[in-house]
Amino acid sequence: MAQAAAVAKPPAPPRRRRASATPRRLPYLLIAPAALLMLGFIAYPVVSVFYYSLQNYNPTKPWRNGYAGFDNFVHAFTEDPVFWDTLVFSAKWVVVEVGLQLLFGLALALIVNQTFVGRGLGRALVFSPWAVSGVLTSAIWVLLYNSQTGITRYLADIGIGSYGTSWLSDTSTVFPAAVVADLWRGVPFFAILILADLQSVSKDLYEAAEVDGASRIKQFWHITLPHLKDAIILSTLLRAVWEFNNVDLLYTLTGGGPAGETTTLPLYIANTSVDAHNFGYASALTTVAFVILLFCSMVYLRLSKFGGESK
Amino acid sequence: MSVKEATKTAPAPVRATPEPPRPAKGERAWDEAPRWQIYLPLGIYLLFTLIPFYWILLFSLRPAGSTSLVPWPVTFDHFEKVWTDRSFGTYFANSVLVGVATLLMTTLVALAGGYALARFDFRIKRGFMLALLCSQFVPGALLLVPLFEIFAGLQMINSLGSVILAETVFQLPLSMILISNFIKNVPYSLEEAAWVDGCNRMTAFRIVVLPLLRPGLIAVGSFAFVHSWNHFLFALMFLNNQDKQTIPVGLNSLMSADSVDLGALAAGGIIAAVPVVLVFAFIQKWLITGFSAGAVKG
Repeated sequence: MAQAAAVAKPPAPPRRRRASATPRRLPYLLIAPAALLMLGFIAYPVVSVFYYSLQNYNPTKPWRNGYAGFDNFVHAFTEDPVFWDTLVFSAKWVVVEVGLQLLFGLALALIVNQTFVGRGLGRALVFSPWAVSGVLTSAIWVLLYNSQTGITRYLADIGIGSYGTSWLSDTSTVFPAAVVADLWRGVPFFAILILADLQSVSKDLYEAAEVDGASRIKQFWHITLPHLKDAIILSTLLRAVWEFNNVDLLYTLTGGGPAGETTTLPLYIANTSVDAHNFGYASALTTVAFVILLFCSMVYLRLSKFGGESK
Repeated sequence: MSVKEATKTAPAPVRATPEPPRPAKGERAWDEAPRWQIYLPLGIYLLFTLIPFYWILLFSLRPAGSTSLVPWPVTFDHFEKVWTDRSFGTYFANSVLVGVATLLMTTLVALAGGYALARFDFRIKRGFMLALLCSQFVPGALLLVPLFEIFAGLQMINSLGSVILAETVFQLPLSMILISNFIKNVPYSLEEAAWVDGCNRMTAFRIVVLPLLRPGLIAVGSFAFVHSWNHFLFALMFLNNQDKQTIPVGLNSLMSADSVDLGALAAGGIIAAVPVVLVFAFIQKWLITGFSAGAVKG
């Protein structure tokens, strides 16, 4: 109110306010809430995971709790075949998912970047699964794959497959079935990120190329793709980390089954800690997952020379 | 955005040749693909996108036991059942609370932090930025146990506050990076001009910067809302009482029931989808501008 009065006074002489100086404590005050939250709920838990990985820690077997040294790690690498299986499946899952998402996402972004009638609606529709959660995706695809009333039944009617098969409980079909379900909501994510970047390509470049007689394919290779490089690298990396870490979809779609066929490392960790209460072992597995993620992303960033030049 | 576009267009080669002739009406412009190259793949992709949505709608609306491919006669029994018997009404209210609270907290905290990162140079800035980036590699799902213990220590197990806090923390890094990029795109001179006119830093920010940040804030806020609405494991772990659960946990319990009630599952899925799909349809345009302005690439 005092402010309004001050503004109302017509010939207010321009005064130099405190605001224009750079207060030294202000930036620290501004980042304090974020920094405190992250210290308490990310940094501290990370450290405690490292600590627990060296402990026997199981609330249901308290008599065995205590310092374990590297036993948990030794057990994982030498005695636990499930661990290796989950590692192999994780790699397979991430490579197939992210590769296909990149391919389809790029194609989709290029298509909806064109001008055509109904573009707004088309974009909204093809991007809509992005908003859908892992659990909801599972629910939808559980309905689609249902052996009695799912789409398999109608496909059997036209001669594809047979009645009563559930693609999610057969070891030979569960992987492609899960991949397709996850692609359904993963492709839009990629497409949105790539489309956002496509829109900043200068039209002049294409016009110039057109004048020089470059074909559309050449334009794509020499203008579009180089421009998209950073966006593609970053979204691929983010997506790979995310697909590796994400537990929601497989946990609810297959539960890691049938016969452990679709258990990723994080899913195995979740099962080990939540169901088996073996917190020490789960923490050791988590540490392994961290190291793998860190290593892969560093190699990837180095290979792609991303962030090589200072931004 | 304008600043960025200006720098992007700068290195474009100067055109000596005259502009290509404008296409006549009905003819396609040089930069447009033939129609079928757009509509055919898009149509196929639309089928892939929409059939699953149709399927869940079909199951939620047709009577149990029906195998018709058209939901006729329409019944809302599944919705009634899920809403009351399976307590989706309660889950829905909880999810709305978690979503809105996460949205507000994330946006406020990220706005403060993002402003500091965009407008000041301070000693720990580089380290802080690095911490933000690294936290992207920290899987929330793998920190369940320590987080559980922290919330148990804070007496927050079984309160929605635990989920709100956890969701906020995991949304923060990306939100802060995005917001600081949005703020960098607002010329500093605008703010300085406002100070000269007698505003203090806070008012200058509110009347000059904030309105220009709207697309970015919508993108960040909707991200926070959608993520917390959808996220499953935190709620599963930190909330034990049924009357505290959120929608994804409710959906999961419908799926893992001994004999899955498909109609109920579909109705529950629709209830879970409607808010996020509405939010999404509404903000879709801002989302893409928001992204290209805030550029995840930084």
